[in-house]
Amino acid sequence: MNTVQPIPRPGPVPVELAPGVHWVGALDPGLRVFDVILRTANGTSYNSYAVRGSGGVAVIDTVKAEFSDAFFAQLEQVARYDEITALVLNHLEPDHTGAVAELLRRAPQARIHVAPRGLDMLRALLKDDFADYQVVKVRTGDTADLGDRTLRFLTTPYVHWPETQCTYLEEQEILFTCDLMGCHFCDERLFNDAVGDFRFSFEYYFDHIMRPFRRHVSEALDLIEPLAISAIAPAHGPVLRSHPREYITHYRRLLTKRLASEVAQKTLLIFYVSAYGATSQMAAAVAEGASENPDVRVSLFDLAVGEVAPFVDLIEEADGIVLGTPTINGDAVKTVWDLLASLVDIETKGKLGGAFGSYGWTGEAVAMVESRLQGLKMRVPVKGIRIKLHPTLPELEDCRDYGRQLSAHLTGTAEPREIDFASL
Amino acid sequence: MATAKLTFSDVSLTVNVPSGTRIIEISEKVGAGITYGCREGECGTCLTKVESGAENLTEPSVLEQRVLKENMAARDERLACQCQVLGGEIKVRPA
Repeated sequence: MNTVQPIPRPGPVPVELAPGVHWVGALDPGLRVFDVILRTANGTSYNSYAVRGSGGVAVIDTVKAEFSDAFFAQLEQVARYDEITALVLNHLEPDHTGAVAELLRRAPQARIHVAPRGLDMLRALLKDDFADYQVVKVRTGDTADLGDRTLRFLTTPYVHWPETQCTYLEEQEILFTCDLMGCHFCDERLFNDAVGDFRFSFEYYFDHIMRPFRRHVSEALDLIEPLAISAIAPAHGPVLRSHPREYITHYRRLLTKRLASEVAQKTLLIFYVSAYGATSQMAAAVAEGASENPDVRVSLFDLAVGEVAPFVDLIEEADGIVLGTPTINGDAVKTVWDLLASLVDIETKGKLGGAFGSYGWTGEAVAMVESRLQGLKMRVPVKGIRIKLHPTLPELEDCRDYGRQLSAHLTGTAEPREIDFASL
Repeated sequence: MATAKLTFSDVSLTVNVPSGTRIIEISEKVGAGITYGCREGECGTCLTKVESGAENLTEPSVLEQRVLKENMAARDERLACQCQVLGGEIKVRPA
């Protein structure tokens, strides 16, 4: 984690969102790189909230461990520990659960409200103490009663972990979304109508955190959109109290496909890198074979001279991708790995994948790439082709046939096959 | 040796396997889209839809039952790293 020296600031003060509802989080203005991968030019915040009802106080999410002192200092200004009846964990990533164990030591009577998928993570977080606490598994529609305040839960998995959920404060129409509609932007003025310009941070956060889970984000919005909402209170960045619905609409816009499909066909993208022209010959033959199927739109790209970002956009909308790579020093080439590494930003589950390539001595690259494609949750139904040095005419025909098979799998017309275990 | 026919519908392939085989032992080798995380029945990543032949799989263990429940799995879903084929015909695909 990269940090810069923070500017000295006054001690933490709880911020009222609405009567009985306070922000009790922490500001981290010195953070520059979050979770290794995300850059932020002005830090972030870890937003925790306390909701007071006539029958008790609920704490919604906590903060990163090293900010626990600030969190407890603020919480103590709005509630006594023996008043806390509910702890809501909308997400169990460490930047939101760093103070959970200590909070439970101070308020052991608090019932922990968590999505069922979060139980395993909660066990890992609390270790042997897990059995000492009351855990309530909550699903969409379940509620936690705080007397004259009611928290209603919405199960919104994979935005961006399996256990993520949102919590809706019915009487004041505040939606606590954890990472959804959050961003890494640190500004002590806290509210979206008071802070600096965070539009870039909002979209950057979506692109790197939510985009791979587009389908799940859409399902979460389906649950959120019917709600009357006075404010959206995420766990990072500004509280969205001014025109909150515009942020939901903006999320819908961000979810739309970057590239509108022009054709009804299945789309197959073939990328290749070629040192001596052999893998490029193979790529052309694979493309020829695949293109024989009129229901498949085939595109061929030389990866060595292309930009990665637009390729990622193309792959996001494609039905299948095939990568041609030579084997150099026992590995696929860096350009191919760079593209594959960039695919973590998009959903690739269920797409068709494949690999082929020419080699000199060993030829491991094809299997390595296939393995990576499987790691990206893609299916790899046809074993890739490896050819030593330049392909012969019959070998080019093998490549065409490989392309034909890929197209058949893309269009659901592949002949069912049966093999024996021993042949694997 | 008793065998079973295990079909991975997302890659249109049937494999004749010995009884007792776990799906995890086959699916990656044939390029099926079922993916794995912990491989020990804890994470739920390998949730798999059993399209037919569920009765030809071993009953879920207590551990698998717990993970299926916590992951809100549908009735026709199993963990590919845990269940074993017993015989007959089974058809699966990624959940």
